[in-house]
Amino acid sequence: MDINSLGVAMALLGAASAALLAGIGSAIGVGMAGEAAAGVVTEDPGKFGKVLVLQLLPGTQGIYGLLIAFITLSNIGILGGSSDVSFAQGLMYFFACLPMGLVGLWSARRQAMASVASIGIVAKRPDQFGKAMIFPAMVETYAVLALLVSLLAVSNIGRIAI
Amino acid sequence: MAERYTYAVARIRAKELSLLDKQAFDRLMACGTYGECLGVLHDLGWGDGDEDSGEEILAAERSKTWELLRELVPDMGVFDVFLYPIDYNNLKAAVKSTVTGAQPEGIFLPGGTVAPELMVEAVEKNDFSPLPERMRDPAQEAYQTLLHTRDGQLCDVILDAAALSAIREAGTASDSKMIREYAEMTVAIADIKIAVRSCKTGKTAAFLKRALVPCSALDVDSLASAAVRGEGELFAYLANTPYAAAADRWKESASAFEKWCDDTVIELIKAEKSNPFTIGPLAAYLLARENEMKSVRILLSGKRNRISDGVIRERLRETYV
Repeated sequence: MDINSLGVAMALLGAASAALLAGIGSAIGVGMAGEAAAGVVTEDPGKFGKVLVLQLLPGTQGIYGLLIAFITLSNIGILGGSSDVSFAQGLMYFFACLPMGLVGLWSARRQAMASVASIGIVAKRPDQFGKAMIFPAMVETYAVLALLVSLLAVSNIGRIAI
Repeated sequence: MAERYTYAVARIRAKELSLLDKQAFDRLMACGTYGECLGVLHDLGWGDGDEDSGEEILAAERSKTWELLRELVPDMGVFDVFLYPIDYNNLKAAVKSTVTGAQPEGIFLPGGTVAPELMVEAVEKNDFSPLPERMRDPAQEAYQTLLHTRDGQLCDVILDAAALSAIREAGTASDSKMIREYAEMTVAIADIKIAVRSCKTGKTAAFLKRALVPCSALDVDSLASAAVRGEGELFAYLANTPYAAAADRWKESASAFEKWCDDTVIELIKAEKSNPFTIGPLAAYLLARENEMKSVRILLSGKRNRISDGVIRERLRETYV
């Protein structure tokens, strides 16, 4: 068997990892923050808008994972129906997708914890919503950095002739 | 998993807004009469609106707090530390009312982990097997002691020591650091109260040995021997423990000591204000509610008995919010 025939499989594994791991992280995170948001809205429905924003923050990692997966699928030709990816390129796509997958999984969960804590702030001091949003938003920085690394890598692997 | 309380803690955070703060107490203090205080309490949302006395309002508030916690926490076993005192108080009442044949009304407190009827039945049949294991031996011993000696104080000592041991055990088993520390503090403070009162009434070392319950902050043997030797020795011993401040307050007065105990609990639970996940904030809310009810009781009692505002304010507890 020609080892290069596994190239597309490796690239696909990378795309799936980015979507899966970041998606799982976001699902856990949005769920956790949603529980806290529901707790506050039970007592004070007027805070729905504010806690909804905080609940949605850990959801971005899933979108970033989807974006990386989509670009990878597009670049390796899966979406076009034909694919010509060497094993080395496939492996590169796989590693290029990992930052978004792993950082997405971890950062979404940690961001959710910060969101839950911030929902607690909004519950007691709704006037401090702006400050409360900054804490979970800080975690977003690292998800964005991972997105950039994965995006730059995935977009440029095709130009490398190996 | 600590995250299983995420919803509950967020809801409690919203509920904490309705805890009485300094402004609310100022408003109550500004009332000229007991009746006016009841009106303000109703305005603040206390009671169900149709209560005629402070005790009824406080009972309604206590009931609301437990109703909320029962709704939020599927396994109420996490609050055993706070419920055991009710259980053992009811057990005392069951033993005494059965042995003496007196049946006064309202001797049982609501909300314990064991139904008072079950306790009465166990004592009447002299079969303590339906009770939880932790209660069987102390109940049997207290019952036999009261039956043969008619010594109500000894009966109380046996059951109070059993209650403290149960609280400590439940605290040790808890996942929450705050509940563990609260249980330890409860036992230590109870030991100090027993030691000081025993010292003042000249109790023997044997009595103290029976009444005191071991805890990590105090060496009960040293505490007992210091209490037997006299008040000076007792306070000198306490001065070298984490409860040195307790001794200073007790030197002032018993009520200053009681206030110090409640304020120390509030200091302990304040750390839970920044904890968004565990059972800790729920337990803290419970203690904060108990504490504010205690303050309202002091305030109402002061207004009813026309005690000066300065004295009432001195006795009011620290608030959680």
